Amino acid sequence: MILSFDTWQITLFSLAVGLASTVLILPFGITLAWLFARKEWPLKSVVETIVLLPLVMPPVSTGLILLKIFGRRSPLGQWLYNRGFEIVFNWKGVLIAMAVMSFPLLVRSVRTSFGEVNPRLEQIAATLGASPLKIFFVVTVPLAYKGIVAGALLAFSRALGEFGATILLAGNIPGRTQTLSLAIYNFVQVGKDPEAYVLLGITVVLAFVFVWTSEWLLRTEKKV
Amino acid sequence: MNRIWSYVLRIVTLAFIATAVLLPIGTAARAEEILASAAASLTDALNDIGRSYRQKSKNTVRFNFGPSSGLARQIEEGAPADLFFSADLAQMDALEKKSFVEPGTRRNLLSNQLVIIVPADSKLSISSPKDLLKPDVKKIALAEPSSVPVGVYTSKYMADEGLWEQLKTKVVPVQDVRATLAAVESADVEAGFVYKTDAAVSKKVKIVYAVPIDKGPKIIYPVAVVKESKHKAAARDFMSYLQSAAAKNAFKKYGFVVLE
Repeated sequence: MILSFDTWQITLFSLAVGLASTVLILPFGITLAWLFARKEWPLKSVVETIVLLPLVMPPVSTGLILLKIFGRRSPLGQWLYNRGFEIVFNWKGVLIAMAVMSFPLLVRSVRTSFGEVNPRLEQIAATLGASPLKIFFVVTVPLAYKGIVAGALLAFSRALGEFGATILLAGNIPGRTQTLSLAIYNFVQVGKDPEAYVLLGITVVLAFVFVWTSEWLLRTEKKV
Repeated sequence: MNRIWSYVLRIVTLAFIATAVLLPIGTAARAEEILASAAASLTDALNDIGRSYRQKSKNTVRFNFGPSSGLARQIEEGAPADLFFSADLAQMDALEKKSFVEPGTRRNLLSNQLVIIVPADSKLSISSPKDLLKPDVKKIALAEPSSVPVGVYTSKYMADEGLWEQLKTKVVPVQDVRATLAAVESADVEAGFVYKTDAAVSKKVKIVYAVPIDKGPKIIYPVAVVKESKHKAAARDFMSYLQSAAAKNAFKKYGFVVLE
């Protein structure tokens, strides 16, 4: 099937921003997941809960909070605006909405994978004189990398499906901030079901491939 | 391991390049670009009008489509919209009261009409609300009459006509106008009440009665320039284009009533 220019633009835009958002949260997500899995610190359970909140809160309310934080009316929004960083009604808003909404999924998956890495291997590396940083990159991450990739794929899929927070923070501006989810909403609103089904088909295929790959990686992850 | 990481790195680089390349599409420098936040139900009409405006003017207009309540919230938080086109009087009134609207720019431009629809192949002869009392009409789809505006309006209108008590038992409350349309399209109900613009997009239903505007509910679409807009002159220019004959024809084509 030959897809129209607009369909390609929407699909590639969603994929590109989704990927950028996943890359953006990866370092933070991995660090936080490691701190959750390996360290005990005060208020850890509180932080863990806060990180998970976007997963269960209505996305629109998360969007409203983000709009309050990044809107020109807030100190942070004003500060960014004065330096030429526009978040609201901009692709950067799409990026932030996707990042916030997919972050919990990444942290949860990676944390589980770190938990399955036998701490004895890390201890052995330490007795052989490896620094904590070296242990992390040479022992922990390689042993958990399938879980990390699986978590990243899951987060990426969630980013592609993001709707509620995106429409409030970034708006639904065709050619600028419109993602697959927003375009589907728009088509349904004006009764253009056939156009919506095309985008729905693309979304289902993409989501299926990424979620399936993620599951497959987790299934084949070696337990050590 | 290294292979995987270098591969991931390559994909990531590509993604950033793709983002950078795709984003400026359509934003090529024209004189001025304005952004109009508009109710989602206006999408088709405004896309047509935006295209014809682009040919006539040196400026371009871009749209942000969404629910009127969400669009109003964005403007309150300082979102860079130049124009607000609401499907709801209440949202515009609230923004105006909080002085987010440029004084003197507001126009109540469009109206919508309540209509009775039946499946396109329906053989029932319905030509007025009274005909819904006929025994052949067993079910009437209507958006939830206690909460959804179109449902509230319809039940009030039928009560005014003295028909609500008898018709109440036939009414199947559904989620919204879209659901009403779907129920009539599939002929699961004999008739339904929707807005004229919704009936206009479906080929599987036909309008058998349109409630006269003075008898029906006031469904108004107001438009105004946003006070904090940085492109006020361009926004005013587009607003006057919205009131041109060409724009009015586009609105009518999609079933809106243009208020003079």
